[in-house]
Amino acid sequence: MNMPFYVAPEQLMKDRADYARKGIARGRALVAVQYDDGIVLVAENTSNTLRKISEIYDRIGFAGVGKYNEFDQLRRFGVRNADVKGYQYSRDDVEARSLANEYAQILGQTFTHDTKPFEVEILVAEVGFDQDADQLFHIMYDGTLVDERGMSVLGGDAEAIADRLKDAWNRTADLRTAVRACVAALSGPDRSLGADDTEVAVLSRSNGRRCFRRLDDAEVSALLA
Amino acid sequence: MFGPETDPGSSFVTLLRRVGIEPFAVDAATDVSRVSAPHGTTVLALKFDQGVIMAGDRRATMGHRISNREMEKVVPADRYSGVAIAGTAGPAMDMIKVFQLQLEHFEKLDGRSISLEGKANQLSQLVRANLPAAMQGLGVSPIFAGYDLLRRTGRLWDFDMTGGRYEERDFVAIGSGGGPAGTVLKVGFRPEMSADDAVTLACRALHEAAEVDAATGGADALRGIYPVVATITADGWLRRTDADLAPRFEAFLDEQRAMRSGGAS
Repeated sequence: MNMPFYVAPEQLMKDRADYARKGIARGRALVAVQYDDGIVLVAENTSNTLRKISEIYDRIGFAGVGKYNEFDQLRRFGVRNADVKGYQYSRDDVEARSLANEYAQILGQTFTHDTKPFEVEILVAEVGFDQDADQLFHIMYDGTLVDERGMSVLGGDAEAIADRLKDAWNRTADLRTAVRACVAALSGPDRSLGADDTEVAVLSRSNGRRCFRRLDDAEVSALLA
Repeated sequence: MFGPETDPGSSFVTLLRRVGIEPFAVDAATDVSRVSAPHGTTVLALKFDQGVIMAGDRRATMGHRISNREMEKVVPADRYSGVAIAGTAGPAMDMIKVFQLQLEHFEKLDGRSISLEGKANQLSQLVRANLPAAMQGLGVSPIFAGYDLLRRTGRLWDFDMTGGRYEERDFVAIGSGGGPAGTVLKVGFRPEMSADDAVTLACRALHEAAEVDAATGGADALRGIYPVVATITADGWLRRTDADLAPRFEAFLDEQRAMRSGGAS
């Protein structure tokens, strides 16, 4: 029987965390904020087909940064989980909190036990019937689950983006103000992002049963103009 | 999460089976032939110049008893299509639920809607899956109609219990009152009708069906219950309000009253 070299658990975890962080930092960032009619999610994304933001269920949206195939796999898990739950119980029984917990379990389990951790950060957002009931769950590559208030920033350079966003936004903002603040925070002082470089979607309280709605390039251009 | 070999793809029914839920519980071995369950009755669809109209009465019967006066047998399947059912209410409602979920599930997983023809095909597979129950009397026959965004036109289909799928050119009416309703449509149908004319024709078909078929409910002015009538166009599904339908049914009664008093004098 061959003995593996001893590696201190601290070192092992640190190496994995560094690996995952590096992978995530390579990708572009994403922000989500409350606005007067719900939650708006804005990602820097030049692709018009490979999405970072998508619909999970009536009031729940999903966003991911990092490695596309990995967060897309998690997204599919979320849609399936929500649809089966809604089928077995009722549409009212599908909620972001329990889904976020499942994600945290999966990411945590993979981080500690598998050869390679997920190189992703994900967000599960749920729009409530009023602003106080809105929820943003930010889940890290290692399964750390954070219940965030009002705004959430995912991906590389998150701190700088969050700093820029804090001053430019509050939750009573309308959609135009919120989107402009998000895009400005993502782009930073040295460059500017247009509709082609961004992906924008809302979870809107006034959108009927399915609150999720993607904004097309023309709509985003109009908001940014 | 599923590995590449066990991944159910975008099919909701396959997903349900993968996690151990059988959506169509009746198999050939279960004897349900003596079950008495509510039945739904007259539903129809017809084309007009901007798309299709779907309509259905609200009555459910169990033998000779009216078991429900407010049943909705015509429902949106998604934004651009609708499904109408005649047959046993329980399995029919389940089938609609699975069908709606299937369309939404696919849309969310794949990021786009199934084509209209693809949706009709999906429904046909659900009808076929219900065949063992249909063999024992719990049959479901739906109409599927919608607006085809690719071809920019309304289209409609009916199905037999084995899952056979038949696209109809102009209109279709099924259920116990489908005979008289279909005749009214046949006589009154004109290509490229306006929405208003087509809604009136749909109402008349249901009205005449209710006159001769005990299992079809007409407009119930006393309780304020009117048939479900909806248009599906490039703008999506839109249900007509009771306030819009009520005067049309009132006009049919006025016609009949005028005819009677004319005959008496």
